[in-house]
Parts: sequence; C-alpha cells; structure tokens
Amino acid sequence: MPRIAITVDGIKHEEDVEPRLLLVHLLRDRLGRTGTPVGCDTTNCGACTVMLDGRSVKSCSVLAVQADGCDVVTIEGLGANGSLHPMQQAFHEEHALQCGYCTPGMVMAAIDLLRDDPDPSEETIRRGLEGNLCRCTGYCNIVRAVRRGAQEMGQAVRTP
Amino acid sequence: MTELDAGLVGEQIAESGQISEPDGAREIGRARRRKEDRRLLTGHTRWTDNLQQPGMLHVMFVRSPMAHARITRVDVSAARDLPGVVAAFSGRDFADEQGSLPCAWPVSEDIVIPDHPPMAVSQVRYVGEAVACVIATDRYRAADALEAVEVDYEPLPAVMDMNEALAPDSPKVHEAGNKAFSVTITSGDVEAALRDAPVVIDRTYVQQRLIPSAMEPRAVLASTDGDTFTLWSSTQIPHVLRVMLAVTTGIPEHRLRVIAPDVGGGFGSKLQVTAEEVLCLLLTRRLGVPVKWTESRSEGNLTVHHGRDQIQHLTLAAEADGRIRGLRVRLLADMGAYLMLVTPGIPMLGASMFNGIYKMDAYEFGCTGVFTTKMPTDAYRGAGRPEATFAIERIMDELAAELKMDPVEVRRRNWIGHEEFPYTTVSGLTYDSGNYEAATDRALALFGYDKLRAEQADRRDRRDPVQLGIGVSTYTEMCGLAPSRMLGMANYGAGGWEHGSVRMLPTGKVEVITGTSPHGQGHVTAWSQIVADSLGVPFDDVTVLHGDTAIAHKGMDTYGSRSLVIGGVAVLQACEKVKAKARKLAAHLLECSPDDLEFDGGAFTVRGTGSAKTIQELAFAAFTAHDLPEGVEARLDSDATFDPDNYSFPHGTHLCAVEVDTETGQARIRSYVAVDDVGRVVNPLIVRGQVHGGIAQGIAQALFEEAVYDADGNLLTTTMADYLLPSAADLPDFTTDRTETPSTGNPLGVKGVGEAGTIASTPAVVNAVVDALRPYGIDDIRMPCTPERIWRALEGARS
Repeated sequence: MPRIAITVDGIKHEEDVEPRLLLVHLLRDRLGRTGTPVGCDTTNCGACTVMLDGRSVKSCSVLAVQADGCDVVTIEGLGANGSLHPMQQAFHEEHALQCGYCTPGMVMAAIDLLRDDPDPSEETIRRGLEGNLCRCTGYCNIVRAVRRGAQEMGQAVRTP
Repeated sequence: MTELDAGLVGEQIAESGQISEPDGAREIGRARRRKEDRRLLTGHTRWTDNLQQPGMLHVMFVRSPMAHARITRVDVSAARDLPGVVAAFSGRDFADEQGSLPCAWPVSEDIVIPDHPPMAVSQVRYVGEAVACVIATDRYRAADALEAVEVDYEPLPAVMDMNEALAPDSPKVHEAGNKAFSVTITSGDVEAALRDAPVVIDRTYVQQRLIPSAMEPRAVLASTDGDTFTLWSSTQIPHVLRVMLAVTTGIPEHRLRVIAPDVGGGFGSKLQVTAEEVLCLLLTRRLGVPVKWTESRSEGNLTVHHGRDQIQHLTLAAEADGRIRGLRVRLLADMGAYLMLVTPGIPMLGASMFNGIYKMDAYEFGCTGVFTTKMPTDAYRGAGRPEATFAIERIMDELAAELKMDPVEVRRRNWIGHEEFPYTTVSGLTYDSGNYEAATDRALALFGYDKLRAEQADRRDRRDPVQLGIGVSTYTEMCGLAPSRMLGMANYGAGGWEHGSVRMLPTGKVEVITGTSPHGQGHVTAWSQIVADSLGVPFDDVTVLHGDTAIAHKGMDTYGSRSLVIGGVAVLQACEKVKAKARKLAAHLLECSPDDLEFDGGAFTVRGTGSAKTIQELAFAAFTAHDLPEGVEARLDSDATFDPDNYSFPHGTHLCAVEVDTETGQARIRSYVAVDDVGRVVNPLIVRGQVHGGIAQGIAQALFEEAVYDADGNLLTTTMADYLLPSAADLPDFTTDRTETPSTGNPLGVKGVGEAGTIASTPAVVNAVVDALRPYGIDDIRMPCTPERIWRALEGARS
C-alpha cells in the first residue's frame, strides 16, 4: 500500500492507503475530519469541496494518493482560534444555510471564487457556484452572503 | 387576534436585503440569526454517516436491476469468502422476521395493501429493490462483496403506464391487480353545473414524477447491547419511526431508542419507514455488533421514495362573466410498486384543495391509486397540495384565455373576499382567515404588472423572437397537519397533536424539549424566541432539545408545515403552565394572593409595590425547595400537548415573468415576485429563507426536474448529472414580501410556511411559459418545460 504524507488543517499525517481510496474518505473515515460531507457520487453536488494547496477541489474526485505531499484545508480548519472566517460569518448573518449539508462545500467554493474576482457581481457569484448544489435556500441568501463575505475580506486586506 | 387586518410588512428584500426589526423587546418578530448555524458552519456536525461505534460494520445492499421479475436464485457464498466480509444474507434469510413495511393511511375500505418485505424474497417489483445485503469491515470491502453476490431473475413484464395498468389485460404488479383504491368525494351537483354552462374547460395535466433530493443521503446506524437497541437515522420522524419499527420488528418499544441527529434536509423524503432502517436493526440483532448503512446518491435516486406522478383531468364550468359554477377532478395517482407510510394519502391531501381560493357551488373529486413497477411515491414538499394548486391555477388561466379576460381579473371574480372569513369551501374545509386582495395588490405593485403587460403586447406586435410571458398563482394551502379528529375521519393511523416541555433549570436557564424534529427549519431559534417572550428570559438563556426519543419522549415530528403551528404552540402552552406554577410560588414567597401579582419582563411584581421575584429566583427557590407552599412540587417545569381544531390556511400571490426564446425554446425567468401571508411571523429571516427555498423547488418542477423511467422500468435519472437540480446559475433572485393575516386557530396566530413557496411557484412559472406561447395557439407545455418541449410545441404550432 502506498504511504502518503498529507497535512490536513495544519496537522501532518502519514497514512498507508489503498490506491483507490478517495480523499474524502481519508478525511472522514481515517482522519476523523467529518466536517466535510459527501452528497453525491458523480462530482455534481460540491458538498465535499475542500482546499487542496489553496484551490478548491471536490474531494470525492481526488484520490488520497493524489494528495500526497499536499496541504488540505477543510471547513474545520478555516477559522482561526475558534473564531469564524469572514465567509462563515457572512453565511450566518445572511441566513445562507438551512440544513447546512451543502454549507462546508459552499463556503469553500465561495472563498476560492474570490481569489479570481475579489468583488464579484451577482452574475459572477451564481456562475462561480454552479458546481455546488443547495436544496434548501434557493441560493438568494448564499449570493448575498458571498457579496458580504467579499466585502469583509476586502476590508481585511485593505486594513493592515 | 380575531382582527383580520392584513398589515403590510414591507420587507422588500431584493432592494435592501435588510429586514426591519420590530420595536421594543419582543423576540417574536425579530430576525434573529440562527443558533443552529455555528456548528453547521464549522463542520462540528452530527450527520448519521459521521457517527462511529466500536466494532462497527458497514452494510451495503444488492439491488434489483429488473423492474419486475421472479427471484429464482440468490447465492451469497462467494461474497462471504472475500476478505473483510463478515456476513451476507438474502431476503430469504430474513423472511421469517423482517415483517412488512407499514402503510399507515388506508384511504378506503377496499384498499389493497400488498405485503412489502424490506428485502425481496421471491419477487421484485421495481429497479433498486433490495434483494441481498453484505456486511463488511469497511465500505470499500462491502462494495467489493456486492459484486460477488449472484442473483438469478426470471423476468416479468414491466408495468409503467397508469392507463395501461388499469386495462383488464395488463400484467399484474400484485395478485390483487393494479388498482390500489378508488375514492370519490362530491359536494353539490356537478352534472347540473356542467349542463348548459356558458363555458366548459376540459384539460388534462401531468404531474411528472420527482426525486426529492435532500442534500444529505440517507444513513442508518443501529446498535444493541443485547437488551436495548439504538437506531440513528437521517429521518424526519424519530417518534413515528420508533413506534413503527417496534410494530414491524417485534422489538419492544420501550427497549428501542431512535435518534435523528443532524439531518440534512428532508422535504418529505425522510418521512418514511424504510427497508434499510428495518434491516439495519435486524442485522445488529443478528450479528450483535453495530452496523451502519450510508446510501450513495445513485442508490438514493432509485430508492428514496419519489414524489408527485399524477394525471389530472379537470372539467371546469363557468358563467360567461367568469364566475365558476363547478369543478370536476379525476385523478390517476401512481403509487409505484408498494404502498409505503403515507403513499395513498398523498393525493388525498389534495382532495379538498382543487377548488383553491375560489367560490363555487359544485365539486367532485375522484382518485384512483395505481400500482406500477416503479419506486413507490410518497410525501414530497407540499404532498398533494402542489398538485391540486397547479391544476386549479393552470385551468384558471385557461378560463381567462377562453373569456379573453385578464387572469388576475378572473381570479378576483371568484375568490373569497376578506370579509367572508371564516369561510367553508365547497369541499368542506373551513379557511381560517385571509386577505387575497391585499396580497395580490401588493404583488402586482412590486411586479410592475401593467408595465410588463405593455411590454408583452409590444413584443407580440413586433413578433419579437423572444416573447414575454406573465404567470399568476393565487394559492392557498392547508398547513398544521393535523387536527387528530380530522385525521381519524380520514382513517390515518395516528394523531396530529404535538408535544412540548419547558423546564426552568436551577440557575435560571431554560431547557425546552420539542416533539418536532427539525432538519434545517430553525426550530431551535424560533422556539427560543417564543419562550423568551413568554417567560421573559433572555433569548440566549434558552436551549431546545429534540430528535431523540430518550430525551423528547413524546412527539409527532416534522412534516406538513406543522412544526410551528402545532409544536410551537405546544411549547408556548408549556410556558404558560410554568408561569402558573411560578405565580403560586411567587405569591407564597411574597406573601400575597396570586391575583395580586402581575407578570412582566420575567418577574412577578406585587401590584402597586416594588416587591418582586424574577422567574430565575423562583426557579432556584423551586430547586432548593426550602420554602414551598402547600401542594407545590419542587420543580418549575411543565408539559403541554396541543391538538388544533382546524388546519391553518396560508395564502399568497406569486407572479413570474418568463422570457421564451421562440427559436431555441429556452425559457428564462426574468423576474419573480412572491407576496405570502403565513399569518404572524416568529422570525422573518427564517420565513424568508423558507419561501426562497420553496420557490426554487417549485421552479425546479416547472422547468428542470423529472424522474424518467424507460419502457423496461430502468430509471434513467439516477445521478445529479441526469436529474437536473437547479444550481445558483439557473435561478434568479426573488422579490419577496408579506401580508400578515393572523390565523384564528392558535394563540400564536401562525400558519406555517414550509411548503408555501413550492406550492405557489410551479403554476406561476408554467402559466408564464404558456402565456408567452399563447399567440402561437399553444395552451399547455408538459412539465418540466424544457427547451426541447417548448421548441417542439412551437414547431408543431408552426406546421
């Protein structure tokens, strides 16, 4: 079995893994990072989105061996010292979650979206989140939350 | 509370994004951010699949690839020999103990309720039906073992079409035939209404089959210590499930605990007693170790009960001025292969709703439930009411078109006036309250109705390839399921009450226990607001427990827009009882009569003096019990069970503008306005979220979603790539507002909001699509109104 080295939410792990093991199952079943859920088996829903070396990936379509040597950030590693990341806070303020199952992936995808466009329009946000499905909110409040999160994060960048 | 004054709330969200706060210290009406959020936002979740138990094994099911077949052989021996595999069983291995999955709603005397083994023993009747299971040390080994199970089938003919299924020469799904039941309800003389009517509109509408698609796939974990059993399930109904599992498996109810931990959406799909829940319980009993099953999405699309699937034939008779004389409804409702928990009751929930908000003298409803070789249908958001609302709202537009009348005007001429409530409709329901005029006027203003009509006329004149359609839906629905007395009359197998407990803890904090079982609705926040107002305690000092039969010992769970209307009221009534106890204690400690005390701001004050005891002080006094009056126990807590006298009837007006590209057939929603009246609102933020999500699901039925089976009974939409859940890119922003006409049926004045958006939006969208195409002589597009269907209709009209 291949041995991989992987950093997850700041903790280094070395794991022997079957080549077929999916990253999301490594996170959930082996490393106990159950904050990242699985919503489908065809890479459509985006619930399992995490950051892999700083870019969002659907962890159900990455093999654990492909993440060898990589740095993974999940929803559990996003906020610093128990505080919420501005995007998490924005989702709270705008009531952008109901059942919360899509939320970890949605937050991750939203943060990644802002790397390409720190001040996205509604249209850009809707297109940017096309790969993340939500069944509860109708997306209106998610769009508002991403706008709000973008403003907060922009402010944070501008304020030294 | 009887003042039926529809106050405009004025939260025009699309413009400001803000909801105004009510004045003063009252919690009810405040847009409190949810207490539930933090855990969900940081990944500290308790989805059933997250849970681990020492020694836990993983279950997977071998599922039938045939829609209809005899099982001639099942061989699990090769699977048993694989590494990591602990056991493998066929249906026959559990034939003596698995019982039959329950149907709790026999809607007629002569209903056929077929035996429904959780694991098929001798015959399969839909693709996806479980025929065997494997149990292994992890999910990968279990998946390997599935491949090694051999099953031989002798194919039988698939039965896919409801009309064909009812033909005398049709192959039979069950021995007793393909008709599950027939029910007819009449009120007034429909024949007379139809005879010589100046206008008769006759239409057939198809409610396509839908897949509910909660984001969290189902999961079940069962464990036993040899004496007691615990079942964790992604369910909406832990309490109902416990009773049903006890009856089905023979495990005594008092030795079975059911827990619904975090549940990731339901929409009715988790209002069920499933084969997997029964089998996980039986497997843990047989193997003595914890077992967990988590479905894949593809497995879920096949085997989570489906929704809708009706053929609706309506005949509407009207006067020349548009006033309705009467309505006849004939339904065929696809039950699928078996009757599950409330399968036959779903079309019956719409039986009294086809008349909508309109006055008429004659009504006839007939429904036949039909067996086919497909996944059973059951509750899906709205459950019977969206189907009824769609049909009446669609045919009202056809009536308007026939009379060359504005569709809003034809509705005005027929709807119940605000001064006429409470109003007993032709189908026998008594609508509690409403103000259709106010909601419609507000919606028309927000929408810019006249301006859009002018633009539409202009585009029609110019023969613009992109045509504009405007759709109206003035809906009502039946919420707060349900008065137990009425459920009894409908032959439903349970009551409709709800339970709440409130206990003051020694330190003055409040623990609330609710029998409802939230899965995204925000009960913890809303119930905290109700309690904070009633007891005068801080919002943050209230906690709400739910979803575990060992904690919330009594409940009827969450579905049918019932939780606030019944469960919220039960919590309020428990608070009132707590206050009554506290008053006795305060009077004793303050040495006055209970009648001399006034309660305000969380304290009992002796009228005209400054002497007071706070509810927190009284909680501590009850805890220490050093000085209690005669007959007062050492506790400040109480229970209440609320059972309403009537349903509640929210309503509203939804308007949709759709642009239809007549060259490509693409329909795009340009604007959407919803003005809903859900009675008094506890938390406007939560209400708005429910409306948004509901609208999106209704639009999804109108434009995107359909569960498609081929002629052999194979489901073609097993993945989210094939079954089109709308993404953010597929939907517009919604403009929402409210009017507020309190319900007269409960002390909170609330009506329920969980299903309203879904019920209202489907006809609004399809009416808009058809309105755009009417100049081409098109008067219907079957749902979902895909570009292909619209394009084909246009091609047909052109040739």
